[in-house]
Amino acid sequence: MLRDITLGQYYQTDSVIHRLDPRVKLVATLIFIISLFLVDNFIGYAVAALFLFMVIKLSKVPFKFMVRGMKAIVFLLLIAVVFNLFFTPGEVVFSVWKIKVTKEGIYLAAFMAIRLVFLIMGSSVMTLTTTPNQLTDGLEKLLSPLKKVKVPVHEISMMMSIALRFIPILLEETDKIMKAQIARGADFESGNLIKKAKSLVPLLVPLFISAFRRANDLATAMEARCYRGGDFRTKMKPLIYQKRDRLAYLVCWGYLLLCIVIGKILF
Amino acid sequence: MSIILDHVNHIYEEDTAMAFPALTDINLVIPDGQFIGLIGHTGSGKSTLVQHLNGLLKPTSGAIYYNGADINDEDYNKKELRSKVGLVFQYPEHQLFEIDVFSDVCFGPKNLGLSKKEVELRAYAALKQVGIEDEYFYQSPFDLSGGQKRRVAIAGVLAMKPEVLILDEPTAGLDPKGRDEILDQIAKLREETGMTVILVSHSMEDVAKYVDRIIVMNKSRILYDDEPREVFKHYKELEEVGLAAPQITYIMQALKQKGLSVDTDITTIDEAKNAILSAIRSK
Amino acid sequence: MGIIKTDNLVFEYIRRDEEGNVEGITRAVDEVTLDIKQGDFVAILGHNGSGKSTLAKHINAILYPTEGTVWVDGMDTSDEDKLWDIRQSAGMVFQNPDNQIIGQIVEEDVGFGPENLGVPTKEIWERMEESLKAVGMYEFRKHSPNKLSGGQKQRVSIAGVIAMHPKCIVLDEPTAMLDPNGRKEVIRAVRALNDVENITVVLITHYMEEIIYANKVFVMDGGKVAMEGTPREIFSQVEKLKSLRLDVPQVTLLAHELKKSGLPLPDGILTKEELVTALGL
Repeated sequence: MLRDITLGQYYQTDSVIHRLDPRVKLVATLIFIISLFLVDNFIGYAVAALFLFMVIKLSKVPFKFMVRGMKAIVFLLLIAVVFNLFFTPGEVVFSVWKIKVTKEGIYLAAFMAIRLVFLIMGSSVMTLTTTPNQLTDGLEKLLSPLKKVKVPVHEISMMMSIALRFIPILLEETDKIMKAQIARGADFESGNLIKKAKSLVPLLVPLFISAFRRANDLATAMEARCYRGGDFRTKMKPLIYQKRDRLAYLVCWGYLLLCIVIGKILF
Repeated sequence: MSIILDHVNHIYEEDTAMAFPALTDINLVIPDGQFIGLIGHTGSGKSTLVQHLNGLLKPTSGAIYYNGADINDEDYNKKELRSKVGLVFQYPEHQLFEIDVFSDVCFGPKNLGLSKKEVELRAYAALKQVGIEDEYFYQSPFDLSGGQKRRVAIAGVLAMKPEVLILDEPTAGLDPKGRDEILDQIAKLREETGMTVILVSHSMEDVAKYVDRIIVMNKSRILYDDEPREVFKHYKELEEVGLAAPQITYIMQALKQKGLSVDTDITTIDEAKNAILSAIRSK
Repeated sequence: MGIIKTDNLVFEYIRRDEEGNVEGITRAVDEVTLDIKQGDFVAILGHNGSGKSTLAKHINAILYPTEGTVWVDGMDTSDEDKLWDIRQSAGMVFQNPDNQIIGQIVEEDVGFGPENLGVPTKEIWERMEESLKAVGMYEFRKHSPNKLSGGQKQRVSIAGVIAMHPKCIVLDEPTAMLDPNGRKEVIRAVRALNDVENITVVLITHYMEEIIYANKVFVMDGGKVAMEGTPREIFSQVEKLKSLRLDVPQVTLLAHELKKSGLPLPDGILTKEELVTALGL
């Protein structure tokens, strides 16, 4: 059940998108997110959809794999849709008892849903095609100007990278602990909120203890391999922009411009 | 009174590109009171199989009957099943969570909705059954040694008074003495209570001494299911799938080949010693 | 002086209760003196809690002696200026494969050590290649470690250490969490390193069948070295091993039992072939 969360997982294959510089992918993701909030009409969303579809196609990540990741946010999506659908004032289309559904509500709900889905998909493309190491390398390099104002950029990116690496391991462990406790008659599903929260204790205690032990082990292992912060390190995969990266930047900025034109100027 | 598996299949990630069979056409009858060793290497399906026996996993097809009733029927009481078919997982760290040993063992029976007195009586009895002394009762389970943690984890399931006890790799990570102690304890436990015990293990050598029946799994299927000495006769085939018969089997085979008239079905050191001595003396 | 040398090594730690009051002092390593030569394959054996892992952590300067001295390649481990040289000379592989792999792809993990040492990019790639080939994991270089078996993960961890070009590699119960196949894989890789690359190996374990290949064995108990010798010398002392919570291979045990029953057999029989020969068959 927990295996279904694809967010933050790397999908291994060889594609143009996989080979892009992580900095390009980070910037592109940011651009894509901004674009989603710039456009608010169907043509704009169609352009965004086309862009996203093109990128997914190029990434060679099976569409199915991507959709599975959406399961985790279905709940969030439902809340967003329901709120927008029922609580937006405007021209009433139909009403049931005291709840009125408005034209504006339908629009807003649909757009919100599309935005959320695109947002998650857009960011999943990045995490699915970029290893956490590349990702954090990219972030580190993009944010490196901040080092001058004493922001520990390397340390932050290392922490993120490790967190990402341990997500699948800890999810699997959560699964095992749940099973071990269910075998002892634990019930994680029924009861009211307080009872449910209480029932999580037998899950969370072993999970935290294990996470701390892992963190401790990992710190020792890193030190044993001569890790001492970012100062002396060289890079196995140094980030150097290639022709394709410059091209990708061009496409991204072009796309953003198009979105601005569609969203703010034309309509 | 028994467990019956009828054509059980389990496929992970069915309907995806990553689908793979974890159990293929498993048919088993496990009568009351048997002591069974379930052997196979990682990925052979043995852990998946035992998780079917207490309803943690559902078969993709096929049926499992406990005392005649299909456990995957909608109105079947899974919670009760889990108290009857107790499953102890490999790492005690995955289940210990309470502030002291005694409260931790109380968790299972408490979930069954028993009275406080009954819960405590059962926890006390279970801890005694696995050989944990009173002095440890109010210690944190996290301060115990590996072997003791394992015992407390077993007690945590025993306190639910199961009719069947399944132990997934109870000796993993223990040193040789710790391994022997825990296996001896389980054998003793079975003798006292007469319950069905299923011991899941990588190692034939570890279980050969204790069990009445060995089920060997390989690549999601049952490869052999027989008395230990019958299973070990297939030592060559076992080798091919990366499992070895106990070293003693190989020794007896080698001696026999060299002309010493010994019985090759022997599974323990004591039997081997006597057989060799009598063979040499009669020469 | 050998590659690793300890002189009267003592390690003590203070036990505290929940309020932080001192409850007592435990001596985890007690006056251990060892001398391990370049190219040796040394096994350190002992039950859980015998002090063998604590001893190992001193070789990599993860722990420092309370008393006595540890030298690695002539460097005193308590000399802070030499810390990184020591950790580079003596690589370490730990028990849990999941808790020591840092990279999300096999090749990136192997590159982690050289990156920390400041090795130039091109050479990192060369080292990655040769190390993964040495443990037979080169074809998996683009894989995610999460999808590998336990034995494969441990081989990647070993490659990660070799890529730092150490003189010596300390393996702290590398097989304790593996199944028999994984154990065999790892031991085979370790033996190859010792044979082919002439890297000094210190293998810490409680599996008796893994020490047969060592040229020297130390058995620890209560923080002290309780026995010392070749595998054959160690296995000759069945009763003593049992009293140290260890066991011996079944064939050794059987030979020992036969000898006790009056058959004229030598001590320390390690294989079934030796038993067959000794029985005069």
